Amino acid sequence: MKANIVIKPHLENFATWATDKPEVLVLSADLTNSCEVNLFRDKFPERFFSVGMAEQNMLSFASGLAREGFEPWLHTFSVFLYRRPLDQLQLSVAYPNLPVRLIGFLPGVTTPGGVSHQAIDDLNVLRGVPNMTILEMGDATEVESMLDVAHAIKGPVYIRMLRGEVLRIFPQSEPMIFNHARVLSQGTDVTILTSGIATEEALRVIPILQRKGLKVNHLHISTIKPFTDPQVVDALHSSKHGVITLENHSVIGGLGTCVAELMSEYGIGKRLLKLGLQDVYSHGASQKYLLREHEMDAIALVAAVERLTGMKLNISNDEIQANREIQIHSSAKSEAL
Amino acid sequence: MINKSLDSNQEIKLVEKIAFGIRRRVLSHTINKNGGYLSQACSSAEIFASLYSSLLHLAPLDQPLPSRDFIGVPGPKNPEYITGAEFHGIKGSKFDRLVVSPAHYALVVYAALIEVKRLTEESLENFNRDGSTIEMIGGEHSPGFETTTGSLGQALSQAGGIALARRLKGDTGLTWVFMSDGEFQEGQTWEALSNISFHNLNSIKVIVDVNGGQVDGLMKDIMSIEPLSDRVKAFGWEVDVINGHDIVKLLGIGRKRTNKPHMVLAYTNSSQGIGVLANRHPLYHYIRFTNEEERKVYQEFLETMKL
Repeated sequence: MKANIVIKPHLENFATWATDKPEVLVLSADLTNSCEVNLFRDKFPERFFSVGMAEQNMLSFASGLAREGFEPWLHTFSVFLYRRPLDQLQLSVAYPNLPVRLIGFLPGVTTPGGVSHQAIDDLNVLRGVPNMTILEMGDATEVESMLDVAHAIKGPVYIRMLRGEVLRIFPQSEPMIFNHARVLSQGTDVTILTSGIATEEALRVIPILQRKGLKVNHLHISTIKPFTDPQVVDALHSSKHGVITLENHSVIGGLGTCVAELMSEYGIGKRLLKLGLQDVYSHGASQKYLLREHEMDAIALVAAVERLTGMKLNISNDEIQANREIQIHSSAKSEAL
Repeated sequence: MINKSLDSNQEIKLVEKIAFGIRRRVLSHTINKNGGYLSQACSSAEIFASLYSSLLHLAPLDQPLPSRDFIGVPGPKNPEYITGAEFHGIKGSKFDRLVVSPAHYALVVYAALIEVKRLTEESLENFNRDGSTIEMIGGEHSPGFETTTGSLGQALSQAGGIALARRLKGDTGLTWVFMSDGEFQEGQTWEALSNISFHNLNSIKVIVDVNGGQVDGLMKDIMSIEPLSDRVKAFGWEVDVINGHDIVKLLGIGRKRTNKPHMVLAYTNSSQGIGVLANRHPLYHYIRFTNEEERKVYQEFLETMKL
């Protein structure tokens, strides 16, 4: 896996991108530095509004701004966008289909902050909200190119965002495309769909699987809703042994559920293994530790492939770790909130 | 500063007439449909009459508009969607906005719009009729509604966003919010009060119908919000307390220009102008007659209603 690390990919990119867009405002609920929007604040203080720790007000306040022609970009942790102010999100923002951008940081187990900070059911909650578009970031290129994608959408957009030390997996010359999966490898034995940080886990092990002779169809998904990409349907159809999804979210209502719905809609009668949080809350620990605990890491993916194909692959954890070219999660990151 | 020159007898008489019309129309409707938000008309008739006939600076309409048939909910497949703000006239930088927070006051809003000739009289026949926008609880497609409210406590925050946006655009019009006192039990209201005063959104004016009642009974017994004036003042607002049926006060205080966000606490009576309703005290939220005799009492009262 060839990849490098980008430090705080949103910080400068967003401030630069917003320069010629006077309609773009930022609302921040006391997490400005944590959400890498402090440079925007410093460059454009007249377009930055601190609303304090009051997210119910923030969601409805944003709707008023959007009704008058502005495009508010709300920056806070995901849990504070979809849990506490869900009624405001629904009635003030989603029902009127207003162009409010909900930039949700700390998806799933990317934070050691424990249950109060881990957004593990945001996709499940927000997929059911009409008019909502949902994007999930898998690397620095997507963090950067998501801005144009979200900006072009007339209604509300929720973004599962990454921050801090973020891998660049996809070249900058290949920006994310709305409702269009990235086909990372092709093959007809098994289809693997991943999203967010789970793609990085999959990329550690898929070359090893291929060396063992397995033909893997691997798609990276960055648009969770709508979920109508024909490439995905083709990939589900073409798999001999079945389908595996791996996601940094509960297996209820996230990517796995999207795939299950699509398979039933198209009558694709194959097995589907959904890797992710198995209907449990998590707790405060490092990302690596939690990915292992919840069987959402590369080695868990190997086990799923074995279950699906009936093959015994004899891939050791050491082999996978050797393929891990970059240690991306420093101790400094887990300190910061 | 209070502009007294406009508090002419003529103006007061007009507001009185509109308030009377609101009550009569809502009572008549409640009798015909055997049900309605009647007490809300009693408590807020003077407030809405003052707003629509004097206080609000709205673009005029050439003639009353008929209510539309339901035009679908907003969404990517419905770009033609419009809100009930069309009954407030075209939007303009100098004009005011009105956000009605307790959407169950819809019948009062419709009656007021009819009285001030912004909505056709026949439109009320579509009340609660399937496929009509004259819904029992106002949606944002219903006449007089500019946003989605009704989940109590959201409108004040929304109005904050509207007022901030209008300041950024250089608008001079005011952003008004009509609220009910029950909304001060919601935490969001206090978030919004902080937010609006923190950001100096001084073009916001709020009139609250402080009728002291909620579904379960009197607010003082369910969850007291008093001393409301002191509480709101402590959040950095200018607050005036008035009798919400006193038209002179409503017009005077309503025209006051302040250098803080301004809230008028209009204390009201839930059976004002329809005395027979006092028998329901303190359960006023929604009136449905329990028997024919009771209905007759209200019918007889309606027949005696004369300005």
